[in-house]
Amino acid sequence: MMLPRRQTILGGVALAAGAAAPAHAQLTIDMTKPSFEPVPIAIVDFKGDKVGADIAGVVRNDLQNSGLFRSIAPSAFIQQNMDPNQPPRFPDWRSVGAAGVVVGQVTQAGGNIKVDFRLWDVVVGQQATGLSFTSQPDKWRRLAHIIADAIYKRVTGEEGYFDTRVAYVAESGPLGSRVKRIAIMDQDGFNTRYITDGKTIALTPRFSPTLQEIVYMAYGENNAPPRVYLQNVESNRRELLGNFPGMSFAPRFSPDGTKVVMSISADGNTDIYEMDLRGRALRRLTSGPAIDTSPCYSNDGSQIVFNSDRGGTQQLYVMGAGGGGERRISFGTGRYATPVWSPRGDFVAFTKISGDGFGIGVMRSDGSGERMLANGFLVEGPTWAPNGRVLAFFRQQPNSGGRAGSVTLHQIDITGRFERQMPTQGDASDPAWSPLIPQ
Amino acid sequence: MRMIKALTAIAAMILIAACSNDQQAAAPATTTVTPGSVADFRQNVGDRVFFDTDQSTIREDGRQTLNRQAEWLKKYGNYQVTVEGHCDERGTREYNLALGERRANAARQYLVAQGIPAARIKTISYGKERPDPVGSDEAAWARNRRAVTALQ
Repeated sequence: MMLPRRQTILGGVALAAGAAAPAHAQLTIDMTKPSFEPVPIAIVDFKGDKVGADIAGVVRNDLQNSGLFRSIAPSAFIQQNMDPNQPPRFPDWRSVGAAGVVVGQVTQAGGNIKVDFRLWDVVVGQQATGLSFTSQPDKWRRLAHIIADAIYKRVTGEEGYFDTRVAYVAESGPLGSRVKRIAIMDQDGFNTRYITDGKTIALTPRFSPTLQEIVYMAYGENNAPPRVYLQNVESNRRELLGNFPGMSFAPRFSPDGTKVVMSISADGNTDIYEMDLRGRALRRLTSGPAIDTSPCYSNDGSQIVFNSDRGGTQQLYVMGAGGGGERRISFGTGRYATPVWSPRGDFVAFTKISGDGFGIGVMRSDGSGERMLANGFLVEGPTWAPNGRVLAFFRQQPNSGGRAGSVTLHQIDITGRFERQMPTQGDASDPAWSPLIPQ
Repeated sequence: MRMIKALTAIAAMILIAACSNDQQAAAPATTTVTPGSVADFRQNVGDRVFFDTDQSTIREDGRQTLNRQAEWLKKYGNYQVTVEGHCDERGTREYNLALGERRANAARQYLVAQGIPAARIKTISYGKERPDPVGSDEAAWARNRRAVTALQ
């Protein structure tokens, strides 16, 4: 009954059935098309335990929020009291407009919970995928995200991104004495915890590839300049990365997690350095009087994209990961900043500042194909979901009457569609999307 | 009656406007703060200089302020200072940290050139993290592109 996870039978089968069924009801989505309709999907409350309804709710929320799915309201369902091990009555689901229906079951298994689910392709009347997971009972939200990822992957052909976390800067208080501390939440806004105490300003958190650690910048006490810290997110033990006389900031891990690239300032000048975490050896990657900052490794670790004002205004440059071979890649009108290389390697996302305000855009790493996705009074700080097709960033509204405008996190599809605000506890900036949580 | 009230209000507004103008013009001379105090430095010398957009060059008005700061710091040699570099909100966070560092360093270099020992002056950048004043218009941004000399 169970299909191998990587098998792509569905595409061919659904295409054959497409002649008989309306095109919008297929259980596949071709995201390379300039416009596509969200896939209508029905997620039935999982049976066997009261947490089953909660799990179904998380799955609905994840899929709906991606913009690629339309979750059909349970109140519209015709078939009730389904046996999760039997095929659904397909005509009932076709008549509510579903292309797919998800059923599942929760069973107790020696102190753990076991969750089985099946995704049925309503159009062709077959099971599309079915998987079983076991976990501690209090990890049920993670299980739900993993199930949503499996459904997303089966339907879109792309890896999911729901079983992930987002680190951000939680902001509170008046702007002149704003408290800024690092928070980590699940990507859907749940399980928020704060990992710095807010006594000094902490900014720009970034995850290690294993999610075990983050790097960020924090001011010292008594007017000590900002420095880069490495912190274990489980134990909260933190260590200073290099005790330099000037400011160090803008840290990011290499894709293999063995290095951190960052900016260090001396006598007013800012350059990019790489620190090897195994021996703490420091290597200078740029020099000269320009501001060189916001470095980010390519997905394969062989190159670094950064922004520099060496040409007169802030623009994007790419160099080898060991420094050298620097070449400018941004040539549009305006200033370019905060480049982040896609985990798929195909695009660099950036912040653009022009006469019209701020924008979030993407270009290929050779600078071609620039495309703006979101604009506003102040939008900044793109970060990629691990599948490389969804970005998060932050929006700040104008301040007025001496009061701070709101600051909020947003996600957007790489097509520029489906922007939505991500829920946070209070004002939030500087999002950093984690890789998929290791299972 | 209503007309009289309105006129009174207008008269009051004119009076307030006149007062604030007078204060601006006379600020350096008329205050009664202790010479050599932090308040003296802020009110009679001026603790901050301003920069053009995305620039760290000390302007003419800034040179005058820094000249006064240097004279004052020579007279009151007991103070250590930290020059804080700041930016308006119209830049990205990391770049603004670097730009604020440049501004703080430009002001520091100027003070050193006027004879203040380099060892007396530290710098720190706040980028766009500590706006003063809070506002999202040209006037607020111009005041936020600043280097502030803080006494310790």
